[in-house]
Amino acid sequence: LASRTRSSRGECKRRAQNASPVDIRNVTSRRCFRAAAAWVELARRWVGTSLLLAASLPGSMGCSRTESTALELWAAGSEGEVVAALLPEFEAQNPGVHVHVQQLAWRGAHEKLLTAVVGESTPDVASLGNTWLPEFAMIGALETLDEQVARSSVLTEQDYFSGVLATNRFEGHLYGVPWYVDTRLLFYRTDLAAQAGVGAPPTTWAEWTEMLRKLQAWYQARQRPGIPLLLALYEPEPFIALALQPGEPLLRDGDRYGNFQSQGFQRALRFYVGLFQAGLAPLASQGYVANQWEEFARGNLASFVSGPWQLGELARRLPRELAGSWAAAPLPGPDGPGSSLALGASLVVFAGSKKKEAAWKLVEYLSRPEVQRRFYTLTGDLPPRRASWAGAELESEPRVGAFRAQLERVEPTPPIPEWERISDQITIVAEHTARGTLTVESAARELDSRTERILEKRRWMLDRRAKAPPAPPATGAAP
Amino acid sequence: MKRAGSSRAGWLFVAPALAAIGLFFAVPVLAALVLSVTDFDIYALADLGNLRFVGLRNYLRLLETPLFWKALSNTLFFVVVGVPTSISLSLGSAMLLNSGVARFKGVFRTALFAPVVTTLVAVAVIWASLLHTQYGLLNYGLGLCGLPPVNWLGDPNWAMPAIALFALWKNYGYNMVIFLAALQSIPGDLYEAARIDGAGAFQQFRYVTLPSLAPTLTLVGILTVAGYFQLFAEPYVMTQGGPAQSTTSVLYFMYEEGFKWWNLGSASAVAFVLFFIMFLITRVQVAVARRWSTP
Repeated sequence: LASRTRSSRGECKRRAQNASPVDIRNVTSRRCFRAAAAWVELARRWVGTSLLLAASLPGSMGCSRTESTALELWAAGSEGEVVAALLPEFEAQNPGVHVHVQQLAWRGAHEKLLTAVVGESTPDVASLGNTWLPEFAMIGALETLDEQVARSSVLTEQDYFSGVLATNRFEGHLYGVPWYVDTRLLFYRTDLAAQAGVGAPPTTWAEWTEMLRKLQAWYQARQRPGIPLLLALYEPEPFIALALQPGEPLLRDGDRYGNFQSQGFQRALRFYVGLFQAGLAPLASQGYVANQWEEFARGNLASFVSGPWQLGELARRLPRELAGSWAAAPLPGPDGPGSSLALGASLVVFAGSKKKEAAWKLVEYLSRPEVQRRFYTLTGDLPPRRASWAGAELESEPRVGAFRAQLERVEPTPPIPEWERISDQITIVAEHTARGTLTVESAARELDSRTERILEKRRWMLDRRAKAPPAPPATGAAP
Repeated sequence: MKRAGSSRAGWLFVAPALAAIGLFFAVPVLAALVLSVTDFDIYALADLGNLRFVGLRNYLRLLETPLFWKALSNTLFFVVVGVPTSISLSLGSAMLLNSGVARFKGVFRTALFAPVVTTLVAVAVIWASLLHTQYGLLNYGLGLCGLPPVNWLGDPNWAMPAIALFALWKNYGYNMVIFLAALQSIPGDLYEAARIDGAGAFQQFRYVTLPSLAPTLTLVGILTVAGYFQLFAEPYVMTQGGPAQSTTSVLYFMYEEGFKWWNLGSASAVAFVLFFIMFLITRVQVAVARRWSTP
């Protein structure tokens, strides 16, 4: 089997060299082979024995990578479309390197990337949601970048917002470089707040509640339906941002168990649930507000918690006379300015890449301050390093400044592969608590027990590793 | 001698089909059965050395997973409410179309069958607008009758009925066409004889139409129950299983378990539990149909 694979790989290489870069049919057929190879590989791993399948599909195995100078970049969301505008300069600086961009939809990106890893048909570089990073690092899909970053003249670790950089570490190694950051802030109508008697933006939970009560009273006095605060129950981010604020870790004992019965978590949950029970935030499921921007413009919605993309959306969608009537403020905390989430996307180099050097060059190029500033003007995505913020167009905008202030206070979520799953359970349980079907204490107990079950395999893995002689961390070559 | 030869020829003829079934049905089912007694997950994906044989633990653990029970009760609600309504609606409209009073039969037949062939995702978007709390047509209608608006897709108590309503509209035309074909094959002299014996409209329905439709009813019943148990696309497109998991069906639960979290072991266990439930219910249906049709 091994020799067959090697020879077909050579054949593959020749085919790729003969192909002209504009031959679309060839690219398509190669992609078909790649998909077929992915499925064969999946089946091979599942069934364990590969003889039958490998023999029936000669030539498709190992065709996942070609030795041409084309770099494959997979980028999720609209960034995948926009990044193409930045690449001609990179290609001019690196003659012979051609970057092929594949745009993914966020919704399917995780599944697609994971399937690519299983099928050994990963791209060279990809943008990865930074909460996915531990999972991909754990299965050995990613290249460690410690050395490259240490050697680099373009980027230094100290220049990155530390909360964001921390999300790119897994078991002591750096697996990604932050590309753009995402966090959650409070957006509100300043004119409505002023009419309701609120001056400065709130900095503590108490001030926040006070502000929302005043807005509620203002709506009631005018006998109009109004939403003081919109917190989407199905979105995990707003509540998890609050849950991290009291400063107690969400997991304990080396991320082996949930820590949800801690005072800090229960305090955050009580505050969150209180907002719904007092009618300050409606029980908002998907589609509760038909058009958030329209209701915000009409004044039916006074504030909401959301991310940096709203800067662009609000600038574009609100009528011109309202341009000065809204603001973004850092999230209020339990007793003072609070922290928020360290979300965002990172650039990673896949372990299966045959062109790691060129791949790293691309990562480095996209991390340059001047390139990141251009990226910001194209997308509105906020850069992850302080040097990139030094640009004029970023610092002059007070609303963007609110994000700049928040980014110095961002907290990473626990860096374990199971986190997405736990965060899903937190969202579910928090929704039930907000709807009144669980008390805060029973919700905390419930979350601890659900998390204990989710982390059972992790505990087994850690125990087994503790018993076994020290093994190198999961890096490098794919199995 | 001749018989043996012809049976060999028969086997040869069905061999390609059998091979395809074996490769694409039997092998995956067996693989899933094997998976369901392991804890295949993201760790096993990284290294098969992390795979453990867990016996029946996936199954036992399902029994203590609240979301599984929730999904099962959601699905049962959908089946219990949806199937009888769907079948009676299909039968009713088929009889209307078959009766002499209907005009523009072709137009109605096409119109009622049209939802079956439309793309689910596209009509789901339209239904989401129809069901919208503030601007939806349904609530507008309720308002005209003086009823308060219902938060169809946002209220945990109403989301499943709303999904059921949508699924009903989408699917009942299929059964209607089957019923229509069966109704047209009932000989007219049976009705004539019944009329001469003095049977009224209801008696004709009870003693002529229903017995003649019995095999079709059994078929439609089994197909509809099987289809309704596999509720997935409607909640996937419209509610993503929410609000508060009120539209999470067993299949949706399985999908999340398998492809969102990559717990292929427990996802396979869910598949077998669902298969077992559907198998039992189909057996009951067949038994009932048999007793009913042989008085």
